[in-house]
Amino acid sequence: MQFTSSSIGRKILMAITGQAMVLFAVVHLLGNSSIFGWLNGGINAYAEHLHSLPLPIIIGFRLALLAMVSVHIWFGIQLTIENRGGRPQQYAVKSTQKATFASENMIWTGSLLGLFLAYHLAHFTFQVISPDTAALKHLVPLHNEMVPNVLGMVVGGFKNFFVSLIYTGAMVALFLHLSHGIQSFFQTMGWSTDKSQPILVKLGTLVALGFFLGYVAIPLTIFAGILKG
Amino acid sequence: MSDHKTMTLTLIVWRQKNANDPGKFETYTAKNITEHHSFLEMLDCVNEDLIYAGKDPIVFDHDCREGICGMCSQVINGAPHGGQDRTTVCQLHMRKFKDGDTIYIEPWRARAFPIIRDLIVDRSALDKIIQAGGYTSCHTGGVADGNAILIPKPVADEAMDAAECVGCGACVAGCPNGAAMLFTGAKVSQLALLPQGKAEAAERVKSMTNAMIECGFGNCTNHYECMAACPKGINVKFIARMNREFLKAQFA
Repeated sequence: MQFTSSSIGRKILMAITGQAMVLFAVVHLLGNSSIFGWLNGGINAYAEHLHSLPLPIIIGFRLALLAMVSVHIWFGIQLTIENRGGRPQQYAVKSTQKATFASENMIWTGSLLGLFLAYHLAHFTFQVISPDTAALKHLVPLHNEMVPNVLGMVVGGFKNFFVSLIYTGAMVALFLHLSHGIQSFFQTMGWSTDKSQPILVKLGTLVALGFFLGYVAIPLTIFAGILKG
Repeated sequence: MSDHKTMTLTLIVWRQKNANDPGKFETYTAKNITEHHSFLEMLDCVNEDLIYAGKDPIVFDHDCREGICGMCSQVINGAPHGGQDRTTVCQLHMRKFKDGDTIYIEPWRARAFPIIRDLIVDRSALDKIIQAGGYTSCHTGGVADGNAILIPKPVADEAMDAAECVGCGACVAGCPNGAAMLFTGAKVSQLALLPQGKAEAAERVKSMTNAMIECGFGNCTNHYECMAACPKGINVKFIARMNREFLKAQFA
């Protein structure tokens, strides 16, 4: 049997692609946090720095991310369908002792994140959701250069209640997804033992909470009027 | 017995004539049950009443009745073996229930475990996983000296922890995906830990996990319900070990 059709092989692919996206989420969060001003020039300087990287690196990075997302979605759906078939007839009484809301709803939190990803890319990457604040069309001066006004676009977006709500809701889904996903990675790779596994469950949830707080800090501070454009 | 208080319980039991019968729940009343009855003895009492009334008794699996073999495969109120930590149904006692309780009794439910009748399921899929590689194929020859192969005590202990699995299938019954990963993980680990089993470890983990899929079990998504259901307390670290063995086997 091929690695990609075996039970553990697909589990490992889910774990590695998932964890790669978690690492991306770390970098993305650190980059986003430049909006709070620790970087000279703020998020506009950060965005300009990213876009001035050599084109092959940008394209390669994007293609790699697309591959991770695709593999994760493909096997996620395939495995969920297979696993639902593992018990054709459900129990009349359901009693769970270790499984959590997060672990039982990975397909749904994952689907929400997939939809959010499409919206997020349309909003800030392709900039078609609110063209009147699109950064590519509004250049501002930075270090004697004209650069896209990412700060204006982000602030403009999150001043809208529904946009902030969508982002906050999506981050709840991210929290749930990662609270199961992070610890699951270590178990799937075979890196957990009876002593470390319960600790990894707690640490994974804590890290997921960190992602949630870090990411929602941006729309919340903007919507509350603390962070201004 | 100084205490003569008895309990009356309502049982909602899955009745199914054979694998093709759709099956349904039937309600029974268990009378004159004392707290000293084991769960199976309580069912024996109900069955006695059913037989005297000219009805078919509830068919269930059981063997040792001393908490060892795990034959007593029943999901009680949604928990395989009744949900008492490290306890099989036969060692679950009625003192855990109260007078007037309603108890749901269902068979192990999994695609890989077709129902034979009522609460009895066909667990031979687990045997097929064992047949796929849960053994060593070395020539054993005569009886070897006890210490001819030195095995450190912690390693022997861990292999023994894995070998505690009696193959009852509670892990499958508890798993939301009907996966047999804890069972297979324990069987792969008990052999992979020991020098006699290491020689064929790579081939074994591949063929046993293939058999798992071929038998119709689901895949593991790390819910850890299996560990909660296991009457022998097999730890999910053996699933992690099997995952590790599987990864290693890709490069072997």
